[in-house]
Amino acid sequence: MSSPILRLVAQRVLLGLVLLLAVSVLIFAGTQILPGDVAQAILGQSATPEALANLREQLGLNDPAWLRYVHWLWGILHGDFGTAQSSGLDIATSISTRLKNTLFLAACAAIVAVPLAIILGLIAVRYRNGFVDKLISGLALASTSFPEFFIGYVLIFVFAVHWQIFPSISTVDDSTPFLERLQAVVLPATALTLVVLAHMMRMTRAAILNVMQSAYIETAELKGLKPFDIIRKHAFPNAIAPVVNVVMLNLAYLIVGVVVVEVIFVYPGMGQYLVDHVAKRDVPVVQAVGLIFAAVYITLNIVADIAAIVANPRLRHPK
Amino acid sequence: MVDTKANSGKLLDIRNLRIEAMVYPPGEAPKTITLVHDVSLTLEKGKVLGLIGESGAGKSTIGLSSMAYGRGGVRITGGEVILNGRDILKAGPKGVRALRGREVCYVAQSAAAAFNPAHKLIDQVVEAAMLHGTATRAEAEKRAVALFKKLSLPNPETIGERYPHQVSGGQLQRVMTAMALCSEPDLIVFDEPTTALDVTTQIDVLAAIKDAIRDTHVAALYITHDLAVVAQVSDEIMVLRHGRLVEWGGTRQIIKEPRQEYTNALVSVHEIEHKEQQPGTTPFLSVKNVTAAYGGGHVKVLKNVSVDIYPAQTLAVVGESGSGKSTLARAITGLLPPAEGTVTFDGRPLANRLADRPKEDLRQLQMIYQMADVAMNPRQTVGTIIGRPLEFYFGMRGRERDKRVAELLDEIEMGKGFVDRYPAELSGGQKQRVCIARSLAAKPKLIICDEVTSALDPLVAHGILKLLLDLQQHEKVAYLFITHDLATVKSIADSIAVMYRGEVVRYGSKSKVLTPPFDAYTDLLLSSVPEMEIGWLEKAIKGRRMESAGN
Repeated sequence: MSSPILRLVAQRVLLGLVLLLAVSVLIFAGTQILPGDVAQAILGQSATPEALANLREQLGLNDPAWLRYVHWLWGILHGDFGTAQSSGLDIATSISTRLKNTLFLAACAAIVAVPLAIILGLIAVRYRNGFVDKLISGLALASTSFPEFFIGYVLIFVFAVHWQIFPSISTVDDSTPFLERLQAVVLPATALTLVVLAHMMRMTRAAILNVMQSAYIETAELKGLKPFDIIRKHAFPNAIAPVVNVVMLNLAYLIVGVVVVEVIFVYPGMGQYLVDHVAKRDVPVVQAVGLIFAAVYITLNIVADIAAIVANPRLRHPK
Repeated sequence: MVDTKANSGKLLDIRNLRIEAMVYPPGEAPKTITLVHDVSLTLEKGKVLGLIGESGAGKSTIGLSSMAYGRGGVRITGGEVILNGRDILKAGPKGVRALRGREVCYVAQSAAAAFNPAHKLIDQVVEAAMLHGTATRAEAEKRAVALFKKLSLPNPETIGERYPHQVSGGQLQRVMTAMALCSEPDLIVFDEPTTALDVTTQIDVLAAIKDAIRDTHVAALYITHDLAVVAQVSDEIMVLRHGRLVEWGGTRQIIKEPRQEYTNALVSVHEIEHKEQQPGTTPFLSVKNVTAAYGGGHVKVLKNVSVDIYPAQTLAVVGESGSGKSTLARAITGLLPPAEGTVTFDGRPLANRLADRPKEDLRQLQMIYQMADVAMNPRQTVGTIIGRPLEFYFGMRGRERDKRVAELLDEIEMGKGFVDRYPAELSGGQKQRVCIARSLAAKPKLIICDEVTSALDPLVAHGILKLLLDLQQHEKVAYLFITHDLATVKSIADSIAVMYRGEVVRYGSKSKVLTPPFDAYTDLLLSSVPEMEIGWLEKAIKGRRMESAGN
């Protein structure tokens, strides 16, 4: 490992931080231009003008916007996301359990979906344009095309109602033991897997097919390698960069895009938390969750970038 | 090696081979064409057979059939390929895999593309030997290092630890030869192994391949379009054309006493008589002390270059890849503004940057490129392509333009029928002719020809050179002719500039530059051009005064 790689990686990380800062400005500005007054929202229509003025003073709403932004950012950097207006609870504490739940569900789905998608992609390439390839592509596309709530209800109907092997409601709390927790997320994780599978599989297939045109694939063929070994050993290593990119995008989706599935299975994750508080116009919570989601996206994309850099032998081993 | 049945030393016996492919011509229904028509050949153990012909002759296709392999949509539809006493066309996928990389190995034209960029060289070199169980990893690596030594690669112990991009093209070609030899096959198919290399590098690789073949007693099919090259390594030569056998005989007979007219044409292709013109009194274009660099001045690719071009004459710029030939063209055209020095045209300095030059200056300097097919818009017809400069520079429209296009097509000997054709419907030589017509349409004083014949078959290239010389006479156009091929230089140049690592090392009239005494580099360059003479290679290697830059 020499300096060019380190420099490129440092560049990406720095760029990510700048991007995150820019996103925080956007989120803050965006919630500022929303109509409505926070003090009014807290105290209700019947509040006296004095009480409103007092509360505004108390919440610092009379400060200029940039000062409030700095306060807000300063607090976040110290782990303080403020308190939820609707419930008065500390946002950081509520989020930490819910983020844990969301990450657990996402991890369960990812552990199944990513290897499965890549292996299916490899198999599709091996039997390209044949029956197996078309079957894999067809099923994967079909599973993606169904809306996730439909898949969710079908799973509930088959596995929870008809066969009764898994619970239909995936409510968990801090005291739930690991195995029970795992059992609880089987159905939502399956639904998520079916949703993200096709995208990753198709991308793997396309990226490898692209590499299969290269002259070095012919070299491998003329060495007498088996078709699957050629794909695994000679094509896949050169297709890592695009595959990692699409995998990371899907992982990000698993974390920030699971609102519908969480609602269907009544799973206490970030998505449900966000939806609840959007409905209640709870601006601090929306800001906090928005920022966390942005951070997840940016981090995963940096990871994809870095993986692509490290996977490139020209950068790893300069002349 | 696998079996030594009593088959009289015959290793490969191809009988009545017939190979077909599906083609998809633009605007027509797909159809089957026959690439190889009933070709038969035999090869004895330890012998080298050269397969020679122009592109489309079926050389590579026949070569690959010895591994039961068809590239793309190519199918072997008839005949027998008997290797070590059995017909491998009937072997089935498993049987075919067992012989590939074991009994027959392949060396590709571009080793740079044929090595997997993601793996170390040594892993790729030993892969086949380990796959077929002919050696353990340690044995195979030992064998590989010995082969690297034999092929005179630098640092044979450690070069395998490198990745393909860390090794030069000439070295990669030798590593690929080592890879083929590593599994100790009975037969190696060399598919134009030196065509992509510089002439000074080619000679080293050729010598290394020849030594390796001699020392390992492997048999070889050596595929090339260069008869002078194949004459150095082959015992026998087979001349092919349009997938049919033209002539097959001993090397000496083919090059000294060819029996077929086509073979004769191949043997004598390089000779065009071109009488050198004396330089006029004043050059119309002068390059004075030009220095140019890439990467914000960090990588100097041209150092203090000065050359003159006289009206209706040809200045040839020769040198190996990376010597700055094309960069000189880029500096003259303003694509790469010179950092120092000036380019004078008709007595006045040209603006350094392309964007600062008036249309009239742009018109006077035109370019033709090596890859004619990527230099044209595939979705425009020949008429549109040639008509474009007429519209752009002269504002010609309608019938006037069409008339001029027809005249230009006539000048490049292609006739009116081509006006509505698309580039994909033309042959390589025809495409290059259209590019020539397009540059002529601007009525320039100078055409810069960047390796315009390098991608063409010798006979086609010959036609292009003749055309260029004729056009020079009629149109009084000057050429800056960039090439690495010295035979071409002799045929077309009036004066020559030899470039080496960004500098002009020798410059003057053709007769002066090509007359001894030579400087070391020009000597190397001249002595590296293969001559159609048996034993030339050994003589040339012995007489060399310096190593090529490729090492």
